[in-house]
Amino acid sequence: MKRALSLYAAAVYLFLHLPLAVLAVFSFNSSRFTVWEGFSLRWYEALFRDPHLAEAALNSLIIAFTATAAATVIGTLCAYGLWKQKTGILPGFIKSSLYLSLVTPEIVMGVSLLAFYQWVFRFLDVQLGMHTVVLAHVMFSIAYVVVVALARLRTLDPSLEEAALDLGATEWVAFRKVTLPQLMPGVAAAALLAFTISIDDYVITSLVAGVDSETLPMVIYAMARRGGSPLVNAVSTLIVVILGVMIVASERLQGHS
Amino acid sequence: MKLPAARLCLLPAAVLILLLFIALLLIVCAYSLLSRGAYGGVGLPRSAESYTRLFDPLYASIFARSFAVAAISTALCLLLGFPLALFISRSGRRKNLYLALVILPFWTSFLVRTYAWMFLLRDTGLLNTLLLSLGIIREPLPLLYNYGAVILGLVYGYLPFMVLPIYATIERIDRSVIEAAADLGAKPWTTLTQIVVPLSAPGIAAGSVLVFIPCLGAYLTPDLLGGGKTILVGNLIQNQFTTARDWPFGSAVSLLLMALVMVLLLLIARRNQEGLL
Repeated sequence: MKRALSLYAAAVYLFLHLPLAVLAVFSFNSSRFTVWEGFSLRWYEALFRDPHLAEAALNSLIIAFTATAAATVIGTLCAYGLWKQKTGILPGFIKSSLYLSLVTPEIVMGVSLLAFYQWVFRFLDVQLGMHTVVLAHVMFSIAYVVVVALARLRTLDPSLEEAALDLGATEWVAFRKVTLPQLMPGVAAAALLAFTISIDDYVITSLVAGVDSETLPMVIYAMARRGGSPLVNAVSTLIVVILGVMIVASERLQGHS
Repeated sequence: MKLPAARLCLLPAAVLILLLFIALLLIVCAYSLLSRGAYGGVGLPRSAESYTRLFDPLYASIFARSFAVAAISTALCLLLGFPLALFISRSGRRKNLYLALVILPFWTSFLVRTYAWMFLLRDTGLLNTLLLSLGIIREPLPLLYNYGAVILGLVYGYLPFMVLPIYATIERIDRSVIEAAADLGAKPWTTLTQIVVPLSAPGIAAGSVLVFIPCLGAYLTPDLLGGGKTILVGNLIQNQFTTARDWPFGSAVSLLLMALVMVLLLLIARRNQEGLL
């Protein structure tokens, strides 16, 4: 059974990676077409001469890091609160609202957010920009953080924390020393999920972004709409490589500490 | 320093929800009851026409189709995702590497991943070019712009949503329970179906819902991989807010969609007792 499982997993990994691998290979194709004509870096040269893309990439990173940090903290606290206090008006209200946010189609959330912002801007002297995008991202990723963190919390034994309290720990110490370390894999998974959702989003972002906050997906969408040049292959390859290095680095750091 | 009781932990989320979610819901409700504005947006008079239009069989069939596509995609994700999560949890030291390999393609833009399949499947794409040059086919196969391509794109796009929560719960299963089953003579398959699967049920439920919902409301995947030939609820809503400029009808469609999914979630939650949230 073990061998069968490994083979199956290998096939799934192939499915996950082959399309992007092929895309990466063809980003080095000197031809504009799908026929291999020889190795070339012309698309990467074109990429680095594009200040527009660099700015969009930076915007995307700033938005994703800010939104992930906020959503992870708020979402984890919320999951912990829901785990501790299962019934009541406030938990019930939060649960149903988070359900709502999960079932709202992106396009609906996008346009209603835009309408909401426009309504608020009547009273405040602000405009669409990075802040409106970050707020939108925190909003739509928080439910995912709560779901993942709560799934992890549900598998924990609550009596461990109770034992800590019985032995004289304060609630804060019990949370930090007993529950949080056990919860950490869930928090990390939740943060990763929030980050990927944030950096991925096109639909909502394109609706609530201002002129100074164009993100990478928005630029790529525009390029793909124009017929999908090999430039898109090059951008995506670069993204895969950079983020891959980042993930490996963070795994190493976690392993050593 | 005393840790805030559970209530205080809930406060930031509660504030955010009150500020935004509720306002958004009210806005969508209000839109659905107004008339379409001359240049998009909404206007007076108030009207329930958007809701009466929902009873058109055309729109019912779009809903049914969307449910079918989302259900098939979720089932396929589970079929691919559970064994993968199991494999990762049993791979000892390489766990983090294998987990990263699931997340890695996911870190690229959704558009890029969809575009990767367009690059492979389109008439002038890699697969057709290869098959043509090998002489296996004479005409390019119509691989793109059908429901198969849409489901493929959805499974590819949302598989990590299935793997991560299942992995998180399998990881929490006490090893000694599995060892005990083996000691008592259970075969690996019996241990899997009788112990591992039931104990990872919260993860399976979380993963399935996390996949099903975006699939149901998806519009980029049907748009790009389905071309104009596959109309799902997501595209219907998107059309109302863009090309058709009928925001009231778009709001009514989305409210109906949200209501249907809520009912579905409640049924699952009742059966599972624990539910998702």
